[in-house]
Amino acid sequence: MSRLRRAGVVVGLGLLILAAGLWWWQAGRSGVPLSPPAELRAGAASRVEQGAYLARAGNCMLCHTPTGGAPYAGGRAIETPFGTVYSSNLTPDRETGIGTWTSVDFWRAMHEGRSKDGSLLLPAFPYTSFTQVSQDDANALFAYLRSLPAVQQPNRAHALRWPYDSQLALAAWRTLYFEPMAFQSDPARAPEWNRGAYLVRGLGHCSACHTSRNRLGAVDDRLDLSGGPMPMQNWYAPSLVQASEAGLGEWSSDEIVRLLQTGVAASASVIGPMAEVVLHSTQYLTPQDLRAIAVYLQSLAQHESTSRASGVAPAPAQASALGADIYDTQCAGCHGDNGQGVAGAYPALAGNRAVLMTPTANLVQVVLHGGFAPATRGNPRPFGMPPYKLELDDRSVAAVLTHIRSAWGNNAAPLRELDVARYRGTAQR
Amino acid sequence: MWLGAWLMALVPMAGAAPFEDSMAQRMLACTGCHGKDGRAVGAVYFPRIAGKPTGYLYNQLRNFRDGRRSYALMSGLLATLSDEYLQEIARYFSALDLPYPAPALPNLSPQVASVALALVEQGDPQRKLAACTTCHGAALTGVLPHVPGLLGLPRDYINAQLGAWKTGQRHAAGPDCMALVARALTIDEVSAVSAWLSSQPLPADTRAIAASRLQRSDTERPACGSAPELEGGSR
Repeated sequence: MSRLRRAGVVVGLGLLILAAGLWWWQAGRSGVPLSPPAELRAGAASRVEQGAYLARAGNCMLCHTPTGGAPYAGGRAIETPFGTVYSSNLTPDRETGIGTWTSVDFWRAMHEGRSKDGSLLLPAFPYTSFTQVSQDDANALFAYLRSLPAVQQPNRAHALRWPYDSQLALAAWRTLYFEPMAFQSDPARAPEWNRGAYLVRGLGHCSACHTSRNRLGAVDDRLDLSGGPMPMQNWYAPSLVQASEAGLGEWSSDEIVRLLQTGVAASASVIGPMAEVVLHSTQYLTPQDLRAIAVYLQSLAQHESTSRASGVAPAPAQASALGADIYDTQCAGCHGDNGQGVAGAYPALAGNRAVLMTPTANLVQVVLHGGFAPATRGNPRPFGMPPYKLELDDRSVAAVLTHIRSAWGNNAAPLRELDVARYRGTAQR
Repeated sequence: MWLGAWLMALVPMAGAAPFEDSMAQRMLACTGCHGKDGRAVGAVYFPRIAGKPTGYLYNQLRNFRDGRRSYALMSGLLATLSDEYLQEIARYFSALDLPYPAPALPNLSPQVASVALALVEQGDPQRKLAACTTCHGAALTGVLPHVPGLLGLPRDYINAQLGAWKTGQRHAAGPDCMALVARALTIDEVSAVSAWLSSQPLPADTRAIAASRLQRSDTERPACGSAPELEGGSR
């Protein structure tokens, strides 16, 4: 055996021992007091109602329900860079759901990311956010889940690549990136701000999309809500702190509330993954909670980009005759000759941050695949954008978007064919 | 070539018409492919939706949204829409009463035509295969409110739908009668029926008929989850 190979074996063994140690250390740690569950209060019905509301705030149903399937019965495929995760059955079925769980088991899943049997859960279940949910709220959520009709549907095994499917890998990951923690309110801030922070950081798990992830899929707290690509969905979740993306410093809290409640505001509308969030979650929140979220998000607004682009002005787009032609025949009918749009129906394109921001994934997605704003109680009959995937080739889409990013005072970098080609064939479903 | 046909047939969205707060305005997201007013014309893949029965259109919209039919652009477009809005969309396109274009030129041999005609009008009792007319009406213009007409559709579209039922790409609420029918057909029969249907002229009255006007037929009518009012098995 060569010296090099021997060294490799020694290092390998060392790593194994280290990993085993980590696992033992993780497995042995449990911050949850093993006292009996806090007695569920009297007034069980209102407890269930509270839990139903919190489930909306956490948008639990979206991931835990397969398309067109039984609510909360799990089995929805969630694509990740590490393989496919299948959500679990949250109905009270005793064999396949969480019918034998106690509220303490449930709280431990939310707070510590551990299953009933103590095994470590995959962070696709966003316990890195849910860890901040209070035990009282977790109990209410559990009461709600217990009230659902039991559905017998066995959980489907995840299809993750090695080593991401191992408890050992999860233990190592958690050592690096996860620590159970309670929400810390800031006494210097108003209760409304603290409520907003609690919802955004906890159940809302906004950072799951709006914060960029590292190569191991962990969100970076230092870049909290400063935007990030959604690698498998091929959309970009814009920064909620920077004015050049979706920072809310310039917005009134009324407008933020309106956007989250109806999907449409004066100067923006939601489409793509955020439209599903508004549809299934935020439209159901009380005006008070939405206002609290608005106040908290507004307080984050500011700091200039630290991570990317660092203040270099984008190369101005070179408008082409092709782009202008396509705009006139395909786009101007709704978005207007001068990109002015129609309030409440078609977004203005002139001066629109979603048009001008550096990542262009969302623009390309919308042109290729179209979409409707969500049909909410506040905007039940939304207008829509037709898909152009079959009508415009990559060159044409790049040309028309380049035109849109350079006309009417817009001044953002052009798109190349490649910027379009990479998103062709990435329809959502 | 395919793409070329689409390109030429797609209707430019822009043009002239000023904004109005109407369903027609809202449905511009649909008419790019399904044609102006939902009346697909020319050599396109996409089916006409104008004048189809409301219940049929509503079922299809939900099937796309909820994953029983598989076409990514449709599923993506409908993902954020409510049942109520899908109902309204179905009513809107169903109420459009627009003339049909001339059918495709017949391009099938007499032998193929006779295979198709036999299946359409008589089915095959030996295989317990119902005639198309058993459920879609003697004139094949559909039956209110859930059964679509079969004429005025592109050949490629009909082929693709029967193929999708055969391979499990398309589903309807169970019992899925059309899946049974499609699975019983051979590929050659699918091809013959698609060619024949797409080349038939439309009758004077193109509207779907009431279920009470559905004639009794020699073949057994399969039970259909998406059209429960048509009881299966009547003779």
